[in-house]
Amino acid sequence: MDQDTHLAGLNGQVIHDEIVLARAPWMHQVKAGETLRIVDLEGNQAVDFLLYAAGDDAERYSAQDTIAAQANIFLRTGSVLLSNEGRQMMTITATSVEYHDTIGGACSCESNSLRYGHHTKAQHSCVDNFLEANLREGRGKRDMVSNVNFFMNVPVEPDGALGIVDGISAPGLTVDLRAEMDVTVVVSNCPQINNPCNGFNPTPVRMIVTA
Amino acid sequence: MSVLADPNAAREHARAMGGTIVEAMPTLPPRAEDVPADVAPDDLLWEETIAAGGYASRTLARGARLRLIDVKGDACASLLIFNAAMPSERLNIADTVKVQWDAYPSTGSVLLSDMGRVLASIEQDSAATHDAFCGPSNEASNRHHYGDGRNSGVYPNARDRLLLAAAKHGLGRRDVHPSINLFKGVRIGADGGVTAELGPFAPGRSLVLRVEMDVIVAIANCPHVLDTRPWSITPLRVTAWRGPVTTADDPIRTATPERLRAFLNTEDLYRR
Repeated sequence: MDQDTHLAGLNGQVIHDEIVLARAPWMHQVKAGETLRIVDLEGNQAVDFLLYAAGDDAERYSAQDTIAAQANIFLRTGSVLLSNEGRQMMTITATSVEYHDTIGGACSCESNSLRYGHHTKAQHSCVDNFLEANLREGRGKRDMVSNVNFFMNVPVEPDGALGIVDGISAPGLTVDLRAEMDVTVVVSNCPQINNPCNGFNPTPVRMIVTA
Repeated sequence: MSVLADPNAAREHARAMGGTIVEAMPTLPPRAEDVPADVAPDDLLWEETIAAGGYASRTLARGARLRLIDVKGDACASLLIFNAAMPSERLNIADTVKVQWDAYPSTGSVLLSDMGRVLASIEQDSAATHDAFCGPSNEASNRHHYGDGRNSGVYPNARDRLLLAAAKHGLGRRDVHPSINLFKGVRIGADGGVTAELGPFAPGRSLVLRVEMDVIVAIANCPHVLDTRPWSITPLRVTAWRGPVTTADDPIRTATPERLRAFLNTEDLYRR
């Protein structure tokens, strides 16, 4: 059964299990010690991901602090997601994908107009998903920062050329994140259709929390 | 023992300090001998040397030029930029590298906001060692490197400096966004590895930003977060002057379709 495959290797009890529809936002509290598994159900689906400290949401995921601390732009097993104040928020305890992105940011209606043209204005975007979720808890545009893109591939060439290219994920691949503090996870299941980040076809992902 | 026992003596003592010249200070009104020949003295906006470990902030109007000089070769300018009229719009460093397909901003690059607009263009850059990836040091990283990172200590960290700079414009902890570090660079390896280029470099390397929107800039001058040397940072000179707004045929504006559309978005904001 598919479900059993997706649970393989997880310890503890499943306390939350949810399918996030294609193109949709998702927000969930994960307490210190709990593990969040994200399952890329159909393969190469970018999962744009932000974290806020549950007790003080002015403290949030910092891609730059995370990159500086590990001196590497890729997130792999063992990578520690740090806050803007240098504290550990979550650790990638396992992933079946070689690496994930944290330099590419989130797509927006506005950046789409630069990248592809103003004809994309009406298309849905990750920033709109992040805003929709964050607004429910009183956060807004000032709370938008550089995010993680799980299952997304953004290499940097020797000459500095950088871009979103074909993914290295596949159906059923996963990433496991252990919370090091109580966090609010905010996700946009990326709706982008103009580049390979979702294989030009946004698909659902599965969120499993164990304790 | 004190000779400042009464207010008159204290006033004399305080006033006697006036006119003191130190290495790191603002010059008011601004005065600079080394600006381009076509800059009239009255068009100078800002002349300041930011201390090693110091910070500064200022609002600048569309068209202004902002020149940064690494006077002694070991400065590190962590820069935040906000739309002055709506500071929730700010530098988006991920969009800046992604939209331009380039990890290494330098001459001709633009610094983009989260609203798809150009906050500033890099008009001149004799350094070309900048860092869009590592961000400012923070209290924890400075404590790790130097044993202390507090504003009130002698090893202040860049994030807390930027917090003070932003606070002078009514901004707070939610507003210190991912920054770009100027003068200290990084290179990204094939495995994703980040190698810092920390110098020290030749004295006098400079960068001229053309300000494309009415902005607030916040600058911290603290050692790069990956700098493992004993505390090493030298002063940063900042000069700004009034200049013309970018024209339709500008070579940076028209260089790529992405930049052109970013300028179109910027011009649309000021169509009012």
